[in-house]
Parts: sequence; C-alpha cells; structure tokens
Amino acid sequence: MTLWDQIEILAHFAMLSAIAVGGAVSMVPDISRYMVDEKGLLSAAQFSEAVALAQAVPGPNVLFVTLLGWQSAGLAGAVLATLGLLVPSSVITYHANRWRSGNLDTRAVRAIRRGLSPLAVGLTLSAGWVIAEGAVTHWTLAVFCAVTVVVCLATSINPLWLIGLGAVLGPLLLP
Amino acid sequence: MSTDAERPSPRSISDVFLAFTSLALHGFGGVLPWAQRTLVEQRRWLSREEFTELLAFGQLLPGPNIINLGIIVGHRYFGWRGSVAAVTGLVLCPAILVVAAGMVYSQLVAIPAVQKALSGMAAVAAGLLIATALKLGWAQRKRWPWLIFGLAGFVCLGLLRWPLLQVLVLIVPVAVLLAWWKEGPTQ
Repeated sequence: MTLWDQIEILAHFAMLSAIAVGGAVSMVPDISRYMVDEKGLLSAAQFSEAVALAQAVPGPNVLFVTLLGWQSAGLAGAVLATLGLLVPSSVITYHANRWRSGNLDTRAVRAIRRGLSPLAVGLTLSAGWVIAEGAVTHWTLAVFCAVTVVVCLATSINPLWLIGLGAVLGPLLLP
Repeated sequence: MSTDAERPSPRSISDVFLAFTSLALHGFGGVLPWAQRTLVEQRRWLSREEFTELLAFGQLLPGPNIINLGIIVGHRYFGWRGSVAAVTGLVLCPAILVVAAGMVYSQLVAIPAVQKALSGMAAVAAGLLIATALKLGWAQRKRWPWLIFGLAGFVCLGLLRWPLLQVLVLIVPVAVLLAWWKEGPTQ
C-alpha cells in the first residue's frame, strides 16, 4: 500500500467518524464497502473475521478498525485508523457537550431522536447483513447465524457465551 | 436519593483514566453495561438518571456511544484533559489486546481448526447484530410506520451497498423534519 492510499483511507475514516450517527455499528457496512469492494485490501470473509475477533476481545466494539489498520499497514495503520475514526467524532461531541444546556426535551432534540431511532434499526441490520455475507460460506454457518438470532431474541443470555460456542462448534461441525 | 453534593468525584486525572481502563477491560462484547456498573454503582460519580441522560445525549452525536460518554464524563471533572484521559483509558489497553489477538491469529491461521473457530465466531457475530436490530425494531412497534426509514436504510446501506454518507443525506433530513412536524411545538 502506498502512502497516498493510507492518506486516502485515513481521510475516509475521518469522514465516517464525523457523520456516523448510530455509533460504531453504523460504520461497519461502509468500511466493508470501502476496504473490501473499493480498495480490495481484504476479502469479505477476512473483514467479518476481524469484526468477530474484535468483539471477542474486551473493549469498545469500534476497535475492529484498529485490527483492520494493523492488518493492512502494521503499527502505523493501527494507530492512524483508530485516531482517524475517533478524533473527529470526539471533537464534535466535546464541543456539542458545552452547548448542552441540560434540557434534552426541546422540540429539536425530540425530533432528532424520533427520526433517528427507526434509522438505527436499519443501520444495525445492515451491519449484521454485511458481516453475514462475508461470514456465511457454508450452510452450517447459516444455521449458526440463524440459531444465534433466535436464542438472542428468546433469552437474555450474555452474547459472549454464544461467540464462545461458535468458536467451539466451528471446528467440530465445519467440514 | 443522594444529591450531587454527596456524590464522590474522581480524585485525579489518572483516576479517570484508570476507571475507564477498568470498565473497558471488563466489557466483553460491549462496554456500556460495565460503564453503568462502574460509574453508577461502584464509583458513584453519576446517578442512574445522569448516566441515562448523558448516554442519550451522546447517542444524538456521531461516533461510538461509549466514547462520547467518556468525553462528557471526563470533561465534567477535568476539562479537556479529563476527556482525553477517559478516551485513552477506553481505547489504549483494549487496542493493544485486539492487535495481540490479531497477531496470535495470524500465526495460527494455517491450522484448520483455528480458521473454523473464527468462521464460527463470525457467523455468531452476524447473528448478534441481526438480533440487536430486530430487538430495536420491536421496541418501536407502537410507531411501526416510522420503521419505513429503517427499512430504507437497510435497503440502501445493506443491500445496495451505498456509501453511508449518501444514505444519511437521503434519509436523515426527511425523517427528522417529519418528526419535527409530528412532535409539535408544545409538550
């Protein structure tokens, strides 16, 4: 990867950071589109695995970008990807917080919340869909995915148990 | 119900850093539940209501919700230095762990069982996100016509793979303006 590529990726992450309402999850589909489809830096399966690996490690889920950065450009990639994704949104939040008057019940705030809540459903579903497309390379994995959805909806089990179960059952059941 | 005056506050900037490091390292598969436990129940820097309010405010803004919460809480006690301490605490140790996990994985990826274990984890991770989305949608069932905006977001971002910027520019103004009109001037 050339220096120019790295600058381009950093700029793209910084742009995403400044617009991604809906949290870390809303960035997943775009980062996949950009790094897998547009830049061809890794495969869809590798992308899904990086997200899964980052989820299995304690810490904010957004750190999958640290892993992607490290995989594409080593230590500098890890540091720059993380900063690129965190600094713009952090600066915005820092300044918005000073404007926060304690009153979260204004018409504007209620309108933003009411308008964004249904959109968050679609952004989260898109992230799940994009990761499933990369991850489900065999029908057994489609069953893993579907069973996870059902168990999550039916029980309040800690998600980590399910990720652990996936790690154990993968080697046992996959051909 | 204790008041603000009785509420403990962090002793120093390094106290902020350590508190956020500790809650980040407890947060397997999501940090927010541990943030509540650490900040509200253990350290008691925030009341439950304050925690919910600050989190809700952070959710209106771009960026990861837990990072936004750290910025606001850190700023409250030590200004911008507190914000930097909180975010560094949230990110530094977990980022090292993530890279370490990636290094171990890249050494072991040639072993078929390791590759299959990660494939299994990735399929589960996809299922977790899909279930989260369905739960979010179900929670809004009383306003189900609004979910058309969620459906539009899924079609554009998930199925058609449009850039996030285009999707947001298309949907957010329509959704928020309609909500503004529906909310009415008085409550």
